[in-house]
Amino acid sequence: MNLTSFPGHRRATAAQHLAAALLGGALFSPAISADYSSFKFSPETPYYVEDNKVDFGTYNGFRRYHSECHTCHGPAGMGSAYAPALMKSMEVLTFDQFVEVVINGRTGMDQRVMPGFASNLNVLPYISDLYAYLKARSDGVVGTARPPNFPKVKP
Amino acid sequence: MTLMKNQIVLVVVAAGLVYYVGDRAGQQRTDAAAPPAAAVAATAPTPAGDGSAAAPTAKPQLAVASDFAQASLTELQNDPNIWVMQNGNYASTRYSALDQINAVNAKDLQVAWTFSTGVLRGHEGGPLVLGDVMYVHTPFPNKVFALDLNNDGKILWKYEPRQDTSVIPVMCCDTVNRGLAYAEGKIFLYQADTTLVALDAKTGTKLWSVVNGDPTKGATGTAAPMVVKDKVYVGISGGEFGVRGYLTAYNTADGAQVWRGYSMGPDSDTLMDPEKTTHLGKPVGKDSGTATWEGDQWKIGGGTTWGWYSYDPELNLVYYGTGNPSTWNPNQRPGDNRWSMTIFARDADTGMAKWVYQMTPHDEWDYDGVNEMLLVEKEIDGVMRKLLVHFDRNGFAYTMDRLTGELLVAEKFDPVVNWATHIDMDTGRPQVVAEFSPAANGEDVNTKGICPAALGTKDQQPASYSPRTGMFYVPTNHVCMDYEPFQVSYVAGQPYVGATLSMFPPEGKDHLGNFIAWDAVKGEIKWTIPEKFSVWSGALATAGDVVFYGTLEGYLKAVDAKTGEELYRFKTPSGIIGNVNTYTHNGKQYIAVLSGLGGWAGIGMAAGLTEPTEGLGAVGAYSSLSDYTQLGGQLTVFAIPN
Repeated sequence: MNLTSFPGHRRATAAQHLAAALLGGALFSPAISADYSSFKFSPETPYYVEDNKVDFGTYNGFRRYHSECHTCHGPAGMGSAYAPALMKSMEVLTFDQFVEVVINGRTGMDQRVMPGFASNLNVLPYISDLYAYLKARSDGVVGTARPPNFPKVKP
Repeated sequence: MTLMKNQIVLVVVAAGLVYYVGDRAGQQRTDAAAPPAAAVAATAPTPAGDGSAAAPTAKPQLAVASDFAQASLTELQNDPNIWVMQNGNYASTRYSALDQINAVNAKDLQVAWTFSTGVLRGHEGGPLVLGDVMYVHTPFPNKVFALDLNNDGKILWKYEPRQDTSVIPVMCCDTVNRGLAYAEGKIFLYQADTTLVALDAKTGTKLWSVVNGDPTKGATGTAAPMVVKDKVYVGISGGEFGVRGYLTAYNTADGAQVWRGYSMGPDSDTLMDPEKTTHLGKPVGKDSGTATWEGDQWKIGGGTTWGWYSYDPELNLVYYGTGNPSTWNPNQRPGDNRWSMTIFARDADTGMAKWVYQMTPHDEWDYDGVNEMLLVEKEIDGVMRKLLVHFDRNGFAYTMDRLTGELLVAEKFDPVVNWATHIDMDTGRPQVVAEFSPAANGEDVNTKGICPAALGTKDQQPASYSPRTGMFYVPTNHVCMDYEPFQVSYVAGQPYVGATLSMFPPEGKDHLGNFIAWDAVKGEIKWTIPEKFSVWSGALATAGDVVFYGTLEGYLKAVDAKTGEELYRFKTPSGIIGNVNTYTHNGKQYIAVLSGLGGWAGIGMAAGLTEPTEGLGAVGAYSSLSDYTQLGGQLTVFAIPN
C-alpha cells in the first residue's frame, strides 16, 4: 500500500498531481482504508493523504476556499495585489494564529484588508477543513486542482 | 470561479438614502454662449472616404467639454468626432462613422501618445472624449483625469475620491470600473463603494453625490452609468453576496432618486403591471417577481445589474439584463427564480417594466444576463423591425423585437455550447441537457465538461455592430468547466456562493477565446479569429470597414470588417480588458484603448500566479498569461502619421 499519511512525510510529485487531476472524480467513492478510518484532525496532523486521495475535511477545505477565499487570495492561494500569498503564510502560521486572523481579520498596509469571518457560517464551522487544505497546499501535498477524496467517515 | 461580476446588494435603502448636495459653485453654466454640439458637429471636418485626412483648419475652437452642455445626448451621440458614452451611443453599437483610418491604411497606424494611470489592477471601460478634453478613469480608488488634448495630454484636473478600503474584499473579480458618463456639463462617476458622484466637467468640482447601496451588505459599484434626458441610471453589483439587484434613476441636477426597479420582489418593487407588463407577449401576472421563489428567498435573490444599459429614444425604453440568482447552488433555491437572468425593457421616465424575457430560468451555471443589448433596425421576413440583439453568457445569441419582446432568433454563437440543445421558440426556455445539469445531478456532485464555463461564451466585454457590413463583431470566451454545488448559509456582507468550479479549454482545443463576426438575422457565425486567451476587451467597428479589439496578451488589433483579415497589431504594455474607442482632434482620427490586465479573466495573472497546474482550472488555463504580459494601467492612443 502506498501510504503517505501526514504532512512532511513526502511531497507529491508533479506526475502524481497529474494523475490525481486526471482521475479526479472518476474514483469518487474509494474504499475507506483502516488507516483513514482512524484519522482525526489535529493541528499537528491536519490532513491525511493516501494514494493521492485526501481526507474529506481537506477536500471540503478545497471547496470552501474556492467559495469564500479565492476572490482575494487567488485561485491557487498565491495572493494578489491586495492579499498576501497564503502558501507562504501557511509556512509560518500556527493553527491558533490562523484561527485568530480568520475570526478577527487584519488591517495591513496599503490597500490590504482581511475581513473578519467570525459571523460567516460558511467559514467558521469549517475552519479546520480550511486549515487542512491550505496546509496541504503549502506542503505541496495537493495541487491547485480538485483533489480526489475519501468519503466522509462517520464519527 | 469567482465571481465575475461585480455584485451588489442593497437590502436597505429606501429610507436610508444618504445623499447630499455638495459645493454647487462650479455648477453654473459659465459657457452658455458656447455653440451647441450639433452645430459643432456640422462644422467639423468631414472625414474623406478615401482615407486621406480632412483639412484640420475648419475645426472651431472647443475649449472644454462643458461647451457641449447645451446639447442633448441624443444629439451628441451622432457626432463621430467625440466619444460621449462608453458604448458610443444609446444603441450600444460601438460603431463610429469616422473613416480616415480604413482597411487600406490601417497597417500604417502608430502610437501617437500614451498616459499612465498610476493604478494597477484591471482597467475595464475606456475614456470619454468631448472636444479638446479626454476623461480617463481608473479601477479602485476610481481616479478621474481630465486631459487637455491641445497640450499633449496635460492634466487639467484630477479627482480622487476617498473610499474605505473595506469595499475591496466584497468586490468580486477584481476592483474594476467600466467607465464614466457625461451629460449637461457634468461627468458622472460610479465608485466602488456605490457612491454616484457628479463632477463639473470643466473644473472637476464635486457638485453632488448620492449613495446607491451598502457595501457592508456586499453591494458595490462597477458599471458605467447612463444618462437619459434629466436622469442618470446606475445598477448594483454583488450577486455573489446575495444582493437583490435593482436599477435606480437619479435626477442629474441634484441626485434626488426618481425611481428604483428591483429585479425580484412584489410588483411595487419590480415596477411591474401584472396585466400590461409582458413575458413573450403574455401578461406576467401578479407578483411574478416572488411567485417563482420559495418563501423569502427573493430578498437575497441576486439578479444584480452590473452590466450595460441601452436606450431607444423613440420608444423611450431603457434595456438591460439582470445577473445570476444567489446562491450558485441551484438546489437551495427551487423554481424559475424570476426575474434573475432576464432582459428588462423599462420606461425611462417611470421605470415601469414594459416587457421582460428570462433567458436562463433557474440558473445552474452562473450565466448572468447582464451583457449589452445592441439596438439595430433590420429586415426580417420582408419587414423592417426594431431589434434588440444580445450575446448572452449562456452561449446563445438572441434577436428580439425590442418593442414587444418577441423572440425571433436564438442560436449558439460557439458550437461547443452543450448545456442546452436549443431554445424552444414558443416558451423561450432552453432545453437543458441532463448530463450537464448540476441541479439534476444534485449537491456534492461534480458535473463535468459543461460548456460554456461560468464566465460565459461572452462576458461583459461589449460587442460592436457595423451598419455597413450588417455584421456584429463579438469578443468571446472559449472555456468549459466542472461545477460542484454545495450547501451554504446566507450571512449579510459575506460571500454567498455555494459552488466550486474548474475551468479549461473545450476538449481538443488549445485556445481560450475567439473573435467572431455574427449574422443576427440568420443566427450564423460569418468568420472566426481564434485567440490564445479569452477576448475581454470591447470591440469597435468604423465606417473605414476596420474592426478593432484588444487581447489579454496586450495586443491592439485591427482587422478587416468584411473578412476578418488582420491589418495591424501593436503590443501595449499590459493585457487589454478595456474598450476601444475613436475620436478626432483637430480633424485627425485617433484610436484609444486602456491596457491593464485584471478583471475576471486576469485573476490568475493579477494574483501573480506562476505555478504550473494540472491543466484543470482557470488558473491552469490562464497561467501562461504571465509569459506574455504583466499588470499595468496605461492609455495608448493611435493615429496614422501625417
